[in-house]
Amino acid sequence: MKKDRRKLDGNSFLLLITIALFVVMYIVGVILFKDQGFAKTQNFLNLFISNAGLIVIAAGMTIVMITGGIDISVGSVVAMVCMILAWCMEKAGWGAIPSAIFVLTIGLVFGLVQGWLVAYLNIQPFIVTLAGMFFARGMTAVISKEMISIKNEMFLSWAQCKIHLPFGGYVNKKGKLIEPYIYPSVIIALVILVAIFILLKYTKFGRSIYAIGGNEQSALMMGLNVKKTKLKAYILEGFLASVGGFLFCLNTCSGFVEQAKGFEMDAIASAVIGGTLLTGGVGNVFGSLFGVLIKGTIEAFITFQGTLSSWWTRITIAAMLCFFIVLQSIFASAKEKNKK
Amino acid sequence: MEKIKKLTSKRLFMPVFCLIIMLIAAVIASPDFFKIDIQNGVLYGRIIDVINRGSEVVILAIGMTLVVAASAGTDISVGAVMAVVAAVTCSFIAGGQQSVNEYINNPLLGILLGILVGVLCGCFNGFLVAKLHIQPMVATLILFTAGRGIAQLLTNGQITYIRVDSFKMLGASIPGIPIPTSIFVTVIMVAVTMLLLKKTALGMYVEAVGINSRASRLVGLKSAKIIFLVYAFCGFCASIAGLINSSRIYSADANNIGLNLELDAILAVALGGNSLGGGKFSLIGSVIGAYTIQTLTTTLYAVSVSSDQIPVYKAIVVVIIVSLQSPELRKMFRRLKGKGAAQASSGKGAA
Amino acid sequence: MEQGVVLTMRHISKNFPGVKALQDVDFTLRKGEIHALMGENGAGKSTLIKVLTGVEEFETGEIRIDGKNTAIINRSPQEAQMNGISTVYQEVNLCPNLSVAENLYIGREPMRAGMIDWRTMNKKSRELLESLDIHIDVTMAVENYSIAIQQMLAIARAVDMSAKVLILDEPTSSLDDGEVEKLFRLMNKLKAQGVGIIFVTHFLEQVYAVCDRITVLRNGTLVGEYKVEELPRVQLVAKMMGKDFDDLAAIKKESSEQKARGEVVISAKGLGHKGTIKPFNLDIHKGEVIGLTGLLGSGRSELARSIYGADKADSGELFVKGKKLLVGAPLDAMMAGMAYLPENRKEEGIIADLSVRENIIIALQAKRGMFHLLSRKEQEEFTDKYIDILQIKTADRETPIKQLSGGNQQKVILGRWLLTNPDFLILDEPTRGIDIGTKTEIQKLVLQLSEQGMAVMFISSEIEEMIRTCSRMAVLRDGMKVGELEESELYQDSIMKAIAGGGN
Repeated sequence: MKKDRRKLDGNSFLLLITIALFVVMYIVGVILFKDQGFAKTQNFLNLFISNAGLIVIAAGMTIVMITGGIDISVGSVVAMVCMILAWCMEKAGWGAIPSAIFVLTIGLVFGLVQGWLVAYLNIQPFIVTLAGMFFARGMTAVISKEMISIKNEMFLSWAQCKIHLPFGGYVNKKGKLIEPYIYPSVIIALVILVAIFILLKYTKFGRSIYAIGGNEQSALMMGLNVKKTKLKAYILEGFLASVGGFLFCLNTCSGFVEQAKGFEMDAIASAVIGGTLLTGGVGNVFGSLFGVLIKGTIEAFITFQGTLSSWWTRITIAAMLCFFIVLQSIFASAKEKNKK
Repeated sequence: MEKIKKLTSKRLFMPVFCLIIMLIAAVIASPDFFKIDIQNGVLYGRIIDVINRGSEVVILAIGMTLVVAASAGTDISVGAVMAVVAAVTCSFIAGGQQSVNEYINNPLLGILLGILVGVLCGCFNGFLVAKLHIQPMVATLILFTAGRGIAQLLTNGQITYIRVDSFKMLGASIPGIPIPTSIFVTVIMVAVTMLLLKKTALGMYVEAVGINSRASRLVGLKSAKIIFLVYAFCGFCASIAGLINSSRIYSADANNIGLNLELDAILAVALGGNSLGGGKFSLIGSVIGAYTIQTLTTTLYAVSVSSDQIPVYKAIVVVIIVSLQSPELRKMFRRLKGKGAAQASSGKGAA
Repeated sequence: MEQGVVLTMRHISKNFPGVKALQDVDFTLRKGEIHALMGENGAGKSTLIKVLTGVEEFETGEIRIDGKNTAIINRSPQEAQMNGISTVYQEVNLCPNLSVAENLYIGREPMRAGMIDWRTMNKKSRELLESLDIHIDVTMAVENYSIAIQQMLAIARAVDMSAKVLILDEPTSSLDDGEVEKLFRLMNKLKAQGVGIIFVTHFLEQVYAVCDRITVLRNGTLVGEYKVEELPRVQLVAKMMGKDFDDLAAIKKESSEQKARGEVVISAKGLGHKGTIKPFNLDIHKGEVIGLTGLLGSGRSELARSIYGADKADSGELFVKGKKLLVGAPLDAMMAGMAYLPENRKEEGIIADLSVRENIIIALQAKRGMFHLLSRKEQEEFTDKYIDILQIKTADRETPIKQLSGGNQQKVILGRWLLTNPDFLILDEPTRGIDIGTKTEIQKLVLQLSEQGMAVMFISSEIEEMIRTCSRMAVLRDGMKVGELEESELYQDSIMKAIAGGGN
């Protein structure tokens, strides 16, 4: 009996839809594009490789969305981080390590400012991060209007370090064993994902985030420090945005103004598709991971299909976001009705 | 002293004050700011440039003002909707070709089609906000990102050019008339909206719903309907702005039409002395705010800040304005002041 | 401190601008007792609770609690909790998305190796709830449980954190009978454990079912403390309402001539709204003032709201002048000639930033529709007319309504509805928080309107006012219409008896 009730829980239901959707989409992909190698292990791993940054950023987005907020500055922050990395290494001649530390610090500060405005001045998160979005994108242009390619050897060695996996390989026509591989960025992303999961599930800070999203007034009455928790959430989000930007940069090895445009949408869509409620209080970073994988699969579809323009990715994601938002809205009003 | 107080308490004082400050800054940056010439039978000069180029922002700000007032949220899709409208109109007129030197299809029909699509975009936003009760920013975020994708698809990822002189008139000028056409359009838009607000009860309804939706319901207002209407109207404004912008560059450039203009429109509303928390609004305030923004933009260009760097400054202005509007900040200052006063008085006591 | 006493409040006074909220009030709570705090609107009970829990400061007096040698002053609910005083409100302060166990332990979760120890937390929660006879799955989210269970969880949390004084502020308002029963069992259990419980409620039945003592407040002063068995119901009602007539002019019309009843304007058949008002029948005639009487929370406002469509009725039918009317939104009711002055002026009445003029004409405007704007001249004429008739004191007709005093705001709203020229006017507590002069004016106005043929529904907590104005009354108790009183029966004693209902 108890088990049944739990299954009917709307929020887990949404997550189940998401996982099922991913599996179905992937199988469809395997069937449609079998000849082009969609079924290869490597193709699956590529989902992680090309979206390592997004995985981290979606995790950060999940955190602020659980508090009931949102952050639409992440795409621009990624562009800014890439540009600063590129500039520091190529124009200022810094080493890869100090550059990396520098951008992570900038992420922290960015989160701190946004978080302070949201938590302590009580300004709508959307307005604050909208300003943040334009600020970061503009700063990218201020640093350099031209694209800067990264040639720093250490950085490139990080970016190109293939880690071969001991399974899922196959022997190609020439008789050579091809082992599937991943990059370090994937490992970093997954480690962070697990760390955030633990943080949200097993620390007081993590639980306070959920409490605030569930009912801010109650959280306050229960003696939680709402403002401080919110501030910390945004700082963490800013930090994760810069880590995500760093991982993103490992893929592109360059910085330019138009980079990662619409990335905020990908992150928000991943979180929402993964079961995070826009109203806050509910969300799970692993759900968001599936959100990211769905987005990656759509991209893979479009690449394999060959003739569709890349804009279809954006439109499909927006349509899915819209669909899931409507779904959430329907679930919420059904819940209201049940109560009455 | 009394007079000054009376003056500063006027609703439009701050917007006008900001505009004047901005104009002074503009003159300092480029001393010939107010100089007006006539070139090729058209008025020419920086100030004319501000009024001319500011048209899109003013028109967007009209719709945005109503959206903010009624729903305490902003429509961030307006820039993308402009791009969609331009794409619809241009690709219809060009009959799907990439560049034409004469109209393939009726241009008026194309314009009407564009406006229709813009209004539909507004209705889509309105439906999500009013009926499904989704936060305005999230609802409009969908079109904000998808809009340019749709525009790209309509134009097959190319820039569609309409190289016909009459198409350029909207964004430039009509032969024989020295004033740029877009200024007329702006005046008409502002006048029509003012008339709508003055001659129907819409303005009062919007304010009432924005201030107290529960009480509004009890006096017989249908808030969902009003909010829906306002978003549709915002879509209409975006389509007019999109057409002007498209005419200026006689093309539909999905990537650049209306780029970053949503920020300008929001900024115009805030600079116009309107609270982003909804409620009472001043349309004229927003119009003044819009011209202030345009002056800022033009001035930044004059000191050779490039267009993609400008958002940095505007973002800072936004943060300053909303922080000043925040009651929390005022509380913080009062506490600091209180502390200062307490320290001063205790200091006196010790002496 | 006396033996067995857990909390004393002595000579507590508190002023709000223009109102003496509490004057020299004493309150004593003993160990292991359930103590009802009773009083009508504005009696000061919520202020007393707020003072005790640190939500409001008090000006004079002292609070002592068992185990502390000095008087205590609470500056926040958290501080009160540290002193052993916990409160559970009507709207439950829990996080619906978190599990039962988390809600019990959030902020003080058991930790192991720097991580939350979920197993221990769940185990402790289970033990805690079992000791209180609550048997539920502690790992489920709170939103899956009924309000009653949530209420009990809030109590469990409060008791587990600090167990001396527990304040229950209208916990039973949204519970059904079975749930109330469960709550009472829990309260008795805590009582046996020695917790002192302050119980604030509007339901007389419940007071007599579970309480040991009653403290009655009226107009910010202490009326007295009584043992339940020594205070019969009718007397309790009398003490809450205050027996002495105030010195308002006697404006009651000559009751000698029994007017023939006019046609039926409004007829409700089985109308009801789940959870707030049980299905009722009611006919309202032209030219009569029908009073709704009953204690606060008895369903009098809810009855009115279900007719007007402020809360859409979910059962029954409504007939206006014999024609069936489907009320989907208040506008439908307005079009049928109804008008409604809500109880909560600030949240449902005034539109704060709009001017007096706009606040007056908005309802008429809504009736006319958006495209038929009243001309500015008409608007100003109407506004001036009602400013004049109702003697609204305002600097200007363009003054924002929020700058007016409460009484004048109320007159503006009254003007708003009179302007729509309704056949049926609902007035829910039109005189609350209003100076005595304005009160009389409003009462006179009501009588005038009814003479002109308007049907008026009048709701008030003040019984004298009701007697003076009403020509008939419907009596409500515990969310149900329990009877009607004809004009000849409208005397204080009979009304109070009807309100108090069965029992002694």
